[in-house]
Amino acid sequence: MRRVLNLSLLDTPLQLDPQVALRPEPFGALAYHYGTRRLVFMKDRDVVAVARALDSHSSLSAALQACGVAESRWPSFAKAFASLNESEIVRERPITG
Amino acid sequence: MSAQSLVEQLKGGLDAPICLTWELTYACNLQCVHCLSSSGRRDPRELTTVEAKRVLDELRELQVFYINIGGGEPMVRRDFFELVDYAINPPTGDGIGVKFSTNGTYIDTNAARRLAAMDYLDIQISLDGIDAVTNDAVRGTGSFDMARRAMDNLAAAKFGPFKISVVVTRHNVDQLDHFKCLADSYGAQLRVTRLRPSGRGADTWHDLHPTNLQQRQIYEWLVAKGDSVLTGDSFFHLNALGTPLPGLNMCGAGRVVCLIDPIGDVYACPFVIHEQFKAGSVRDRGGFGRVWKHSDLFLELRQPQSAGACASCGSYDACQGGCMAAKFFTGLPLDGPDPECVNGEADAALGAVHVELTPRSSLDHSRAARSPALSGR
Repeated sequence: MRRVLNLSLLDTPLQLDPQVALRPEPFGALAYHYGTRRLVFMKDRDVVAVARALDSHSSLSAALQACGVAESRWPSFAKAFASLNESEIVRERPITG
Repeated sequence: MSAQSLVEQLKGGLDAPICLTWELTYACNLQCVHCLSSSGRRDPRELTTVEAKRVLDELRELQVFYINIGGGEPMVRRDFFELVDYAINPPTGDGIGVKFSTNGTYIDTNAARRLAAMDYLDIQISLDGIDAVTNDAVRGTGSFDMARRAMDNLAAAKFGPFKISVVVTRHNVDQLDHFKCLADSYGAQLRVTRLRPSGRGADTWHDLHPTNLQQRQIYEWLVAKGDSVLTGDSFFHLNALGTPLPGLNMCGAGRVVCLIDPIGDVYACPFVIHEQFKAGSVRDRGGFGRVWKHSDLFLELRQPQSAGACASCGSYDACQGGCMAAKFFTGLPLDGPDPECVNGEADAALGAVHVELTPRSSLDHSRAARSPALSGR
């Protein structure tokens, strides 16, 4: 099961889906999923920065911290990433060896 | 960021198009009476395989995620599979997804199997009537059977959910439910789009475009079907009738959309193949990227547009004044109402336009043997 409950999302290791490409745009980025062929507008530059940082951090909250996002904003980021998770732009990172 | 401000951002243009249509050839075995590119004969100046691959390389660098390939009939090109494969599976880097529009003639059992084996490929088969009589009146004798055979072949090859693409006309409005059933029976997705008076469509638009009453019928049908039917956001002029239809509700020409024609010329959208809307060529120095980012035309289209004669109309926010191409080719001012304005604001102006004086594209690749009914205007 790739989708993750919102509550625990902050503690979850996430990654951009390997089939997703991000294209920088003035408003943030466009995310395109080659598998589902869905295009998603990422309308916040900080969300884009965190999305790019996911892979090198052990959890969403670690990525938020690394990107300098104030803790008071984390709930809104958890919500944004829950939605990205729902549209399969990000997913839980499989545990590897 | 709210949906409204996203639309405002998109109106200012993107670093690269979201939705790029590339017509690979003007050659076509059919001669549809509403063809937006007046296709028929190949143009000797069409891009070579090498040039086309260079364009694909550039689009990849610009991170254009997918392209819509059309024509003409794109499968007529001998390098069709080579180009599609090069787009999807490039020697290096991410592929570009391909959606191509076809009349289906060349999707025999072999081609269907070959297409089914490719990833990141969507196919859109054009059908403008639920029966041969309705369809062939627009698309030509035998075209209904060919399209259905292509659908059967794709289904047999387990291609997956292809798309059935319908241009809504006065004569097929009542068939919308039937089209949906047909699509469902194949596990396909239905796409319905708006008829534009572009290309040969300029000659037939007055006879084919839905009546005002039918426009409400289309609107209500689309509201009821919601997201289960694709529209390419082409019916936003109907939003003046009530709750907005799903989609971005804006003209994307030169902002998020553009067209590369078979000879490499870049136009603001697929429906405006005319000098006035030509931004440049992929053969120019700087290629497509320079045209997209710096052409005078595209920069102008990304400026705030004037509501003009529509400024005092309460529906302007809903319909945005409609479609630029529809206005242009019916001889209406670009800053006035759409010819199919649901409030009837264009009716008087439309009646006053001399058909002989409406703008015509200098490009016409129609084959000589056109039916007499269509050659005169």
